[in-house]
Amino acid sequence: MNCNDHHFLKLALDQRVALTRRTFLQRSASGIGLAALGALLGERLAAAPAAASPGGVPAFPNFPAKAKRIIYLFQSGAPSQMDLFDPKPELARRRGEDLPDSIRQGQRLTTMTSGQKRFPVAPTIFNFQQHGQSGATLSELLPHLGEVADDFCIVRSLFTEAINHDPAITFMQTGSQLAGRPSIGSWVGYGLGSENKDLPAYVVLTSFGTGRRDDQPLYDRLWSSGFLPSKHQGVKFRNQGDPVLYLSNPPGVDRDARREMLDELSTLNQQHHDALGDPEIQTRISQYEMAFRMQASVPDLTDFSKESPDVLEMYGPEVKTPGTYASNCLLARRLAERDVRFVQLFHMGWDHHGGLPTAIRGQCRDTDQPTAALIKDLKQRGLLDDTLIVWGGEFGRTIYSQGTLTEDNYGRDHHPRCFTVLLAGGGIKRGLTLGGTDDYCYNIVKDPVHVHDLNATILHLLGIEHTRLIYRYQGRDFRLTDIHGEVVKSMLA
Amino acid sequence: MMRRPSRFTSALFVFALPLAAGLRAEDKVQFNRDVRPIFSDTCFQCHGPDEKKRKAGLRLDTRETAVKPAESGDIAIVPGKPEESEMVKRLETTDPDDVMPPSKLHKKITPEQIAAVKKWIAQGAEYQPHWAFIKPERSAVPRLADIHLPDTGWKNGADGHGDWTANPVDGFLLQSMAAKGLTPAREAAPETVIRRMSLDLTGLPPTPAEVDAFAQSWRTNGSRVAVDKLADRLLASPRYGERMAVQWLDFARYADSNGFQSDTSRQMWHWRDWVIDAFNRNMPFDEFTLEQLAGDMLPNATRDQIVASGFQRNCRLNGEGGRIVEEWFAETVIDRVETTGMTWLGLTLGCCRCHDHKFDPITQREFYQFFAFFNSSDENGVLDDFPGAAGSRQGGNSRPVLALPSPEEEAQMAKLEAVVKTAQQRVAEAQKQLPQLARDWEARFRETLQEKKPAWQLLAAEARSEGGATLTRLEDGSWLASGKNPPNDTYTVTAPIPAGEFSGLLLEALPDASLPQQSLGRNSNGNYVLTSVEAEISAPSLPQQLVADFTRAEADYEQKGWEVKQIVDDNSPRRGKQKDKKGWAIDGNDPAKRLPRKAMFVTGSPLTVPPDATIMIRLKHEALANHNIGRFRVSATSLPPTVVKLNGGDTPKEIRDILDLDPAKRTPAQRGALLKFYRENTDNPASRADTALAEAKKKLEDFSRTLANSMVMKELPQPREAFVLIRGEYDKHGDKVERGLPAALPPLPAGAPMDRRGLARWITAPDNPLTARVWVNRAWEKFFGIGLVRTTENLGSQSEWPSNPELLDFLATEFVRLKWDMRAMQKLLVTSAAYRQSSQVTPDLLERDPENRLVARGPRFRLSAELLRDQALAISGLLVEKIGGPSVRPYMPEGVWDETSRYGDMRNYKADTGEGLYRRSLYTIWKRTASPPTMMIFDSPSREICTVKRSRTDTPLQALSLLNEVTFVEAARALAQRMILEGGTTPEQRIAWAFKRATGHSPKAGELEVLANGLNARLARYQNDIGAAQRLIAFGTSKPDPNANPSELAAYTLTANVLLNLDEVITRE
Repeated sequence: MNCNDHHFLKLALDQRVALTRRTFLQRSASGIGLAALGALLGERLAAAPAAASPGGVPAFPNFPAKAKRIIYLFQSGAPSQMDLFDPKPELARRRGEDLPDSIRQGQRLTTMTSGQKRFPVAPTIFNFQQHGQSGATLSELLPHLGEVADDFCIVRSLFTEAINHDPAITFMQTGSQLAGRPSIGSWVGYGLGSENKDLPAYVVLTSFGTGRRDDQPLYDRLWSSGFLPSKHQGVKFRNQGDPVLYLSNPPGVDRDARREMLDELSTLNQQHHDALGDPEIQTRISQYEMAFRMQASVPDLTDFSKESPDVLEMYGPEVKTPGTYASNCLLARRLAERDVRFVQLFHMGWDHHGGLPTAIRGQCRDTDQPTAALIKDLKQRGLLDDTLIVWGGEFGRTIYSQGTLTEDNYGRDHHPRCFTVLLAGGGIKRGLTLGGTDDYCYNIVKDPVHVHDLNATILHLLGIEHTRLIYRYQGRDFRLTDIHGEVVKSMLA
Repeated sequence: MMRRPSRFTSALFVFALPLAAGLRAEDKVQFNRDVRPIFSDTCFQCHGPDEKKRKAGLRLDTRETAVKPAESGDIAIVPGKPEESEMVKRLETTDPDDVMPPSKLHKKITPEQIAAVKKWIAQGAEYQPHWAFIKPERSAVPRLADIHLPDTGWKNGADGHGDWTANPVDGFLLQSMAAKGLTPAREAAPETVIRRMSLDLTGLPPTPAEVDAFAQSWRTNGSRVAVDKLADRLLASPRYGERMAVQWLDFARYADSNGFQSDTSRQMWHWRDWVIDAFNRNMPFDEFTLEQLAGDMLPNATRDQIVASGFQRNCRLNGEGGRIVEEWFAETVIDRVETTGMTWLGLTLGCCRCHDHKFDPITQREFYQFFAFFNSSDENGVLDDFPGAAGSRQGGNSRPVLALPSPEEEAQMAKLEAVVKTAQQRVAEAQKQLPQLARDWEARFRETLQEKKPAWQLLAAEARSEGGATLTRLEDGSWLASGKNPPNDTYTVTAPIPAGEFSGLLLEALPDASLPQQSLGRNSNGNYVLTSVEAEISAPSLPQQLVADFTRAEADYEQKGWEVKQIVDDNSPRRGKQKDKKGWAIDGNDPAKRLPRKAMFVTGSPLTVPPDATIMIRLKHEALANHNIGRFRVSATSLPPTVVKLNGGDTPKEIRDILDLDPAKRTPAQRGALLKFYRENTDNPASRADTALAEAKKKLEDFSRTLANSMVMKELPQPREAFVLIRGEYDKHGDKVERGLPAALPPLPAGAPMDRRGLARWITAPDNPLTARVWVNRAWEKFFGIGLVRTTENLGSQSEWPSNPELLDFLATEFVRLKWDMRAMQKLLVTSAAYRQSSQVTPDLLERDPENRLVARGPRFRLSAELLRDQALAISGLLVEKIGGPSVRPYMPEGVWDETSRYGDMRNYKADTGEGLYRRSLYTIWKRTASPPTMMIFDSPSREICTVKRSRTDTPLQALSLLNEVTFVEAARALAQRMILEGGTTPEQRIAWAFKRATGHSPKAGELEVLANGLNARLARYQNDIGAAQRLIAFGTSKPDPNANPSELAAYTLTANVLLNLDEVITRE
């Protein structure tokens, strides 16, 4: 065999169709390497045989998906449900009374308040209003969301297992409180692959809130691919410098110079491939080409200059400041337009142990208008029908005040037993308010939804049966929903 | 690794299982090879070891239970009679109610697999324990004479097998190749072999001189001898320890931060350096294991051995505000069990935290027996955060720690300890005189008590603001600020002061409704920071002012990090001005903390005040803008400095009552109380001795706090109790358990203690079936790209059947026979002929063995994150080779630590300016929640938990990193500069010179032509745009040669950039 023969290259490529199947079989037996077929980027490459799947696991979607993509607006630090979504007007009369033991039922508290001598009930000081045809009830802090109330579903009965931020947010994102599991975006990217060949399948955007400026830190782990191949990790767009790490050429190297250099590199790599026959070299060549395309597509993505003044105004004054929640919402829409599979915003600053009234005003000012604008904007572009939106944090907050309760000031500790999440868009029943909590907004009394149920439902809407999105690692099959989770049918349109 | 699926794969996704290809009729079915993987994957989940999840009372993982009637009365397996076996019926039926595995599990079983099961039953259904739980037996090395092979074409052997006869590894490989009709690839060129081995054993590429010397030796001595010498040289290199440590750091979840929410800094690099050193000393693996698991418990443990025990302190520690300590203590210990299981045993013990293992014969109870080995360290399992703790949310280590003083520091410690000892003796002596002195004092004291004035005399002061604020005097003598709030105000207070002694000032800060947040400070959040207090006394009789030297400060409340003593430290005329002003703050931003606060400032010795004197006091606010005190008043005292107290030093009623009693009628307790009061509140020999002792102790403590330390294990005298945690939850205790080992594995070696020492000895006991296999399998993965058992992270019953079981067991027994000599084992592998094969692959071979499991060619895979960077630095000559020390800060994009956190002390990353930019990557500072981004792009784990296997991906983000990241561009420029200066005179010569540095060999004519054409085009480009050239060559911290022609250097820089991005360079081939 003459390995320098050009014929060899063609042959090698032709062989790959059959070859990959064999390889795949063998590798999927242990779940390492090749079961991970979803690429960071779309994989319809010049060098590859045309594939039916856009790079995900061929078995997915299992059934027709309601949503093709998801924008997950994570409110990090845990927004207070009773100040925003779950009013308890009767409680006004009980201001300052101790939370009855019959409600608390001896459930554990964090060590921030477990030493408190009293647990004085702190009713919200904010007014609530009904909105739209659905009559959805929202706090006065959310006037813009009120305008689109008929487009979303309020779930008041979400609950979780963790009581501190780090494990709780890790649980929301990965289905486990401990580090090491893949995040929801990585699972989706792994299962479904990407529809866009120039952008990552899973993009993460972050912003600090004005409610509590130092709060809550985020961790790489929240968008990590865990044991899935690391190409499925979320690509965190940065708020300063290049949006994608190392996107820009070094100073003094323009696009033409880079093109020439890549041509040279590609020729040399091709020669090496001809000599050696390793198909991985072809993959490498194609990744460099994708990198070159990204260098054009990402700046185009982040360039808001062609957005109409109306649209910009809709998102509010901060939209032009990169790294704000408003700016990230608009960026999320632009990513959705480009069929990026999973966009996740993390907005920090919701951890209001003290001074809640002031802090939550700031947080709502950050998020209310841009969130509503995102929904309207997707709707007017016809994208809301196949884009799923999720808005929520990692747990709820206590009805009792942490620290001193005064006329116009109180704080709230962590509360895992009930909290509220909003969902809108693809496949979601609009205008629905699901679930209910007791008089003290402490325990769920109707339609409880566990975090695993929420994640199962999100996957369902994306066309994935959560029990089948499995990855074999260390001899065990892992799922986002562990061994739990039921799709919440009542949430579905 | 990235391959694409084809449309044919879709139907075959999920659980295809390895089955020995072409099982023929006459073959004996082997349970472990052919049947167990099917059972383990599809049956054991419901019919396996986990009693709670077992369905229908049927257990299939032991023969004894599988051949008995189940609850239904049916017999799953009737040996010899597949047609009577219920299992076969259930596998073959199409009835959805009966079929096994149940359709809801989505587990498919193929006709071939069913055939294998039937055949196995027909042959008698003989079980074997899972292969990895049986002690490996040394396999006989296959004899070449028994292997029928065509001529391999290797030149240096008379029989055509060449060196394939020299190394036992090759015999096993040849046999398995022959069985599949494969033959070895040709021998690779010496240039390829030396690069491969240098990268594998030292993590750095060979220099051209090393390549030439090796090629010469290869020609002269033959490849086998040359390779043997090369292996010896590389294994003895100090770079070897660094190379080996990288993987061990992943296992040990080593990092420079504590993890979790605040993710503050910690210091464990002494442990990291221990690992490097242990590899470089070739410490046997059993000793390596013992010192890391129990170094602290060894008799007369050395400092190094105790440091080594830090392996189990590398786990994360939670410091979150609301954490429940018991919960995170349990997580810390569980993390140790999981890490130990995975690192040494290749077992997923973590599965048993909530229930019995689904696949392996390990129970939940046994998990907590293992837990009990690790739960008795003297620690609380979370980040220490209490006053005086070494570690806190501000950063640092958590108990137990081992101080690591240098010899000079040890000497200093001894001195300070001696001072403490002397002071203690003085205290003892002074105490003897105390009763007599107290009696003398009592008479005088009773008199003074009659005429006693308040200790603190409010000063009738005038106050003014230098920054333009309005100060208004209120009725209580305090001054309230209003109007302008300048960034850094100074309040000047003047007051008459009575003649006598002056020994201190009391400053009272008071809340006021007119202040922001109704607090005490003028900043919008209600806080203030006072940075200095100065006082001068002037009088007509004084030739010059008396300046007070305040040496002690106390406050009734101080904000963490903003303690009042900083004012004294900073204020003292002895010290001069510090750059970063700190001072006294009171959490005025916290609504609960807005209360009246006091601070006093006391002189070292009293000043004598003449008549008609005036005191002038200056209160400065120089730390944070607008943080000025809002309302305050000032008092002075004449009490002796040792006596004065914040609350005035008034005599408590209890003491006055005792004084009123007849001394003869006082109880011993009363006499004691009086003596104590005398001792603490007057100037007497005992109080002076006490003060001296306190100071000596404080100096010792302050000094010891500046010493380097490392977190270590330290066993409690009495072990903590351990319980089964029901469903793995910390607060649901089940049965109490004692330390113990899984029954499926051998018992503790005779005479070994049932503690961490015994555990370590058990792990490396010769009859432990797992440890040696786990180690050699990972060594194989390192050198050949994929383990003999692919699942290097798991050798339990869900693991893959080994691609070459005889070879695996030979190697495992050899490792034990060589007394766990890691270097000798590595030498055995890299001096095999298999290791020297070319990685060229033919379509036929690719088809027959796509993953190279049979090793009929050299393996070829991308370099790891660390190696890619180290190699670029080495090729360019930028690398600073220096072993160990504190972690360094190479380039990182702006804000990587800050974009997602404003917590903890690991913020505001600043890259080093000197050698820290160019050290090997394993020294890069590692923050777990925001790991070095380039490392993550190249598949590094986050180091939050034990990771024994990295994925190997190929993405456009990697291309962008290698093309544009400043390290790689700067390396290209440095290489370019050397091309021009050292590489010859023509472009071709220079390119060839650099090409060889990068790849180990000279370019082919075609390659040289492409590179030369590219260079010429770029030269023209940069000659037309010198500005662009200058910008490119200025990128990075090191400076380009000032004599270089910018256009030429820029053009060569991009050529070097091409070289450093060649697939051949970023791949180990």
